[in-house]
Amino acid sequence: MESLIVILVGILVSVGTYLVLSRHMIRVIVGTAILSHAVHLLILAMGGLKKGVVPLLGQSEDGFTDALPQALILTAIVISFATTAFLLVLAYRTYKTNGTADFRELRGISDE
Amino acid sequence: MNNLIVLPLIIPIITGVILVFLRHSIMLQRVISTITMITVSIMSFILLEIVESEGIIRLDFSGWLPPFGILFVADSFAMLLVLTASIVTTICLLYAFSTIGKQIETMFFYPFILFLIAGVNGSFLTGDIFNLFVCFEVMLLSSYVLVAIGGKKVQLRESLKYVLINVVASWMFLVALAFLYGTVKTLNMAHIAQRVAEVGQEPLLTTVAVLFLLVFSLKAGLLLFFWLPGSYSVPPAAVQALFAALLTKVGIYALIRTFTLMFPLNQDITHTLIGVMAGITIIAGCMGALAGRDVYTIGTYNVIIGVGFILIGLAVGTEAAITGAIYYLIHDIVAKALLFLIIGMMVYLTGESVIKNMSGLIRNYPLFGWIYFIVLLALTGVPPLSGFVGKILIGQGAIEAESYILLAIGFASSIIVLYSLLRIFLASFFGETTISFEDRKPIPKGAYGSFIFLAVTIVFIGVGAESLSVYVKDAVNTLMNPSVYIDAILKG
Amino acid sequence: MKINDVILRTVVKGVVFIILTLGVYLFFSGHNAPGGGFIGGLVLGSGIVLLYITYDLETVHKKMPFDFKKVAAFGVLLATGSAIGSLYFNAPFLSQTDGYFNIPILGEKHLTTVTIFEAGVALTVIGTLVTIILSISEDE
Repeated sequence: MESLIVILVGILVSVGTYLVLSRHMIRVIVGTAILSHAVHLLILAMGGLKKGVVPLLGQSEDGFTDALPQALILTAIVISFATTAFLLVLAYRTYKTNGTADFRELRGISDE
Repeated sequence: MNNLIVLPLIIPIITGVILVFLRHSIMLQRVISTITMITVSIMSFILLEIVESEGIIRLDFSGWLPPFGILFVADSFAMLLVLTASIVTTICLLYAFSTIGKQIETMFFYPFILFLIAGVNGSFLTGDIFNLFVCFEVMLLSSYVLVAIGGKKVQLRESLKYVLINVVASWMFLVALAFLYGTVKTLNMAHIAQRVAEVGQEPLLTTVAVLFLLVFSLKAGLLLFFWLPGSYSVPPAAVQALFAALLTKVGIYALIRTFTLMFPLNQDITHTLIGVMAGITIIAGCMGALAGRDVYTIGTYNVIIGVGFILIGLAVGTEAAITGAIYYLIHDIVAKALLFLIIGMMVYLTGESVIKNMSGLIRNYPLFGWIYFIVLLALTGVPPLSGFVGKILIGQGAIEAESYILLAIGFASSIIVLYSLLRIFLASFFGETTISFEDRKPIPKGAYGSFIFLAVTIVFIGVGAESLSVYVKDAVNTLMNPSVYIDAILKG
Repeated sequence: MKINDVILRTVVKGVVFIILTLGVYLFFSGHNAPGGGFIGGLVLGSGIVLLYITYDLETVHKKMPFDFKKVAAFGVLLATGSAIGSLYFNAPFLSQTDGYFNIPILGEKHLTTVTIFEAGVALTVIGTLVTIILSISEDE
């Protein structure tokens, strides 16, 4: 199971990298979002995928799962939510003021 | 348990949020943010005293004992940086009051400054590596806003680049964290250190360490600084000063913490790598500073040289070198803030950023000119100013460890720093004035106040290095003997 | 341009209440089951965004005259306030407490201070989400 997830992570990372390297703002932002999904899965896989119950006293005798990776992922999701949201608004403003969503065209624009 | 430790993080956040409600009463915002930062500075000083007398203290959030919960740890190293950062932020606020302009002030400027400092303080204080990531993000998100604040074309473009670089860096941070967690199954820094010491630093862990090195290098501007000159030269001057003073330093702090506490075992690889990176950083920074024609370029490349120089201390790793690195870190926070405030004021006064087009500033503003001269001397490392102690100790460490190449690069960089800053001094401050004395724009009083405060701090750090040495010694002791830190967390 | 959105309006009238109820349910179930402030807040926020999409800005704003930036700020204040409340009782930062209370009509209920924290999180999420959408959609 872990190896399957890791392969999936690999696919997501390559897709994300491809998108990040493109010229269009929105593609780049979607790329960063996909990259962050990949790393969330990676954390999950690294924590170990097993069946079990919540690690609470008196809940069960056998098979605890590690709850920490999920807490980490939730935090990471919240942060990537905030960053992606900010990036989208920023990209929109940049598009509005500069009139282009293409990084290569953005390059030549000077201060005035 | 000592709830004081969390205050440098939580007070700025709470007052920052309150300021959101006071969006249009600028005066009240100014007063509240100043009071907040002064309170935080006093708190940090009290904490520093407590740490110095009682040793490392920690706070386990909601009572979860380490290694299970998140915790804040105050040791002398962290507290020194928190104190310096808070003081510098207070002074930069003073500068911002008189220069930043109403329009930006109503755009939630002060709340974001406070969130920024909350993130910075949190990064210094946390004892949990995932929490370090979270505090980094708090700091970065506010810095994203501050780069773009004002919304000029060039600002938007640079902030997009800045944000994307940092998003990728944060992503790599998470990857490193995932592998670290998969290997040692803990995130508490002291516990990681203990486990790494138990199993020895096997190749996998060294790889993780190198990944962390990459991440923090991106944040600190060590070798991977290509994003830095662009994004540091677009925001308003007060923000530039805060960035130059604090953001790279947080990366340096993380590097020092990681490679003295968590991964100190395989120094052949990691510390050699840091040394090589520091050397190249300094050389590249010098080239940039020499080639620069405008004040922003020269200033930002000087930031890069500073980063490289501090990390020579870490790469060398002897006690003297680490002591020097801490002194230089404190000096660099204050001096870079002052340098960027002065640069901002020069651009404000003349409307120019190219040094050739400015001339004779010192005739119109003598005090301003001489304060620039002080910061020039301090950054070069002339005694008795603040840069001297750090430089001499890092040099001494490099001689002890027989890394003469780093020593040569480090001290050659001082000459380049002197040359590049002197060029500004000769071209822009000396010479004939283009503006007559009567027509000159006055320098706002608040800005003068902030220059003087920072200059006094620089002189104090230089002359009063002895009075700081109690704290620095304690900090070095913790850094050189990770067991002190580990015992304070896991056996307390 | 006026689009014909009779179907959307009619559906939304009913659906929005289901979404909002689900959001509240998720928020309260978060203590011992999947759910919580973040997810509840997201659902509530998307319900409000749906309202904004269906009806125009002015109509919704008349009924809900909040500045959502301030909603988010209030949420952060609530969350941090519940976190530092523990300092007053000399307990470590972020400490939470709970207890069983007899409430008339409802009977004995398990109440915790975590709910206050979660409410802060939910308000922050709602505020942020709506602010993002509005800040993009407000200009033409």
